[in-house]
Amino acid sequence: MQPLSQLETGQQAVISAIEADESLFHRLSALGFRVGKTLSIMRRASFNGPLQVRLGTTDVILRCNEASRIQIHPI
Amino acid sequence: MKRIALLGMPNTGKSTLFNRISGASARVGNWPGITVDLMSAKILLGGHIAELIDLPGIYDLHGFSEDEQVVRHFLTNNPVDLLIVLLNSTQIERQLSLLLQLKKLGAPIVLVLNMADEARRAGITINTENLAAELALPVIQISAKYGEGLPKALEVAAHIVNEQKATTNPKSINLLLQEDSQIEHEMEDLIQKHVQIPTTLGDDTTDKIDKILLHKWLGLPLFFAAMFLLFQFIFTVGGPLQEGLAWVLDLIRSSLLEPLLGSSPAWLKGLLLDGVYNGIATVAAFVPIIILFFLVMSMVEDSGYLSRAAFLMDALMAKMGLDGRGFVMMLMGFGCNVPAIMGTRIMRSRPMRLLTMLVIPLSLCSARLQVFIFMIAALFSAKHAPLVLFSLYLMSFLTMFLTAVLFQNQYKNAEPFILELPPYRFPTPRQIVLRGWQEVKHFLNRASKFIILGVILVWLLTNFPSNVAPASIGTYAGQIGVFFGPILDPIGINHELAIALIFGFVAKEIVVGALAVIYGMQGDALMAQMATQIDWVQAMSFMLFTLIYTPCLSTIATIRNESKSYAFMWLSIVWSLGLAWVVSFVFYQGARALGY
Repeated sequence: MQPLSQLETGQQAVISAIEADESLFHRLSALGFRVGKTLSIMRRASFNGPLQVRLGTTDVILRCNEASRIQIHPI
Repeated sequence: MKRIALLGMPNTGKSTLFNRISGASARVGNWPGITVDLMSAKILLGGHIAELIDLPGIYDLHGFSEDEQVVRHFLTNNPVDLLIVLLNSTQIERQLSLLLQLKKLGAPIVLVLNMADEARRAGITINTENLAAELALPVIQISAKYGEGLPKALEVAAHIVNEQKATTNPKSINLLLQEDSQIEHEMEDLIQKHVQIPTTLGDDTTDKIDKILLHKWLGLPLFFAAMFLLFQFIFTVGGPLQEGLAWVLDLIRSSLLEPLLGSSPAWLKGLLLDGVYNGIATVAAFVPIIILFFLVMSMVEDSGYLSRAAFLMDALMAKMGLDGRGFVMMLMGFGCNVPAIMGTRIMRSRPMRLLTMLVIPLSLCSARLQVFIFMIAALFSAKHAPLVLFSLYLMSFLTMFLTAVLFQNQYKNAEPFILELPPYRFPTPRQIVLRGWQEVKHFLNRASKFIILGVILVWLLTNFPSNVAPASIGTYAGQIGVFFGPILDPIGINHELAIALIFGFVAKEIVVGALAVIYGMQGDALMAQMATQIDWVQAMSFMLFTLIYTPCLSTIATIRNESKSYAFMWLSIVWSLGLAWVVSFVFYQGARALGY
């Protein structure tokens, strides 16, 4: 298990836990981040910028700080 | 093998607890009745191997969010030996509902109250023994973070699991949850019949475009090139439109209004023409730019590129307490502050919007540029001119950066930066036109009165008392200039320039015109006259002040409208005036001290 922020680009993973406060948790779940869902990182912005994450048919961008709240299992 | 399900509300530390118990043995797997994968782990419990399943956190057993359906489907398809229900001790008054809902299912339950340490600090005491007795199930307080109370919880769980002979009966649970599943079926049926949802993002065109536009090295240059082109488009198309509009307004004035008011007293003519009518003209001057700006903005936004721009620029902007979307607005501010400030509406977080609105008025907008080009031509050689202009642009970026850094703690953005990246779409012309029209209407409704009143006020200040020449030292504006002499002298701004700065409150476009009225001459003669009156250090100080202080009445009116706060409007005015004075002071006194 590792935080999403450390997942390699292109590697698939399953969300195993979301450790976030209430507002972030709601925002994440509204965009489809749920335990058990498969995701992958499409790309990272230069200069340690945000990640582009693909979850099913949705693409989401989020900062590393927020991505580190999502624990994943690479598959 | 015994099966234990871990259940609880979101953010109760359920995953932390699961990780603590399962260690490294956790794996993902699928289960009958549900489509998402769940984490599970084989654990040693009271000498036997048991399987622990981490169910999604839910607020309501009878709700219809995806997670709530997953939990119900799991329980109605998979028999379990025990439910461990995890609640947050500090929020027990809200969360106990979930336990009571689960209890009605008749499954064996251990209630585990997490965050015992936090509850203690908050002064919340829970009488677990009495609560357990009343609920008729074991209640244990733990702190999953520190592992406190965990052995006891596991011991109780082991005891129940090993004593228990029968598992839960999915069929009877299904019966109890019948009403919910009926609603689910009904929902599904209605959606299937009447709603069409595409299963994939059409084709992979979006992916192909993103490969280029979000490329690691090409992305940023392409973004700047795109912004430059849009910028050029707005102002090359907008410039002639503004000029044409000004020409028409001038024509109406000279051939219709002036003859009409020919016989009326001078003060009334002045008030109506130089006050009211000029005010209307000032408002009208913004209309073409606002229409064009929002035409372009709605294309950028609706096409899906704005979120991409945010993706590309975010690393830099995050350091300033802003986000990538703010950068697009800041860039647009270099054309015109008014639509850029209106455009900050795309940000949901109010603190971040306010911070962006505080930063935008410091950009070197096209109206300020006119003043600088005039001053530079009058007081600097052609060799030095580009360097002077470049240093002004640099100063603009520096003051923006400084303001953002200084105020980012005041306007701390609490909202996480998480944006959906939509597929590329073609916006419909109707959408674009509608947006431009609505924005103009909004601007005219809200800002026009404010701007017209402001123009009338400046006209009064620069034309009264009526026995002195307009815009001279004798007018109220001149007297204000003299009054503020002690403040303006140390930054090298004389009384004539001070009057021009008062005009500049209305709009920077009229500063050069004001100088012409103040000195009583125009064009080359005015430039020559100014070169004899002030030196380059004074001119530079004047330009720095013009760059940083309040851009125009329209910007102030827009800030007031968009922030819905007079206090914020005043903060913006006071901060920009203060910063302008300090920068000019440092420059002027520094240059003089160096012997220039």
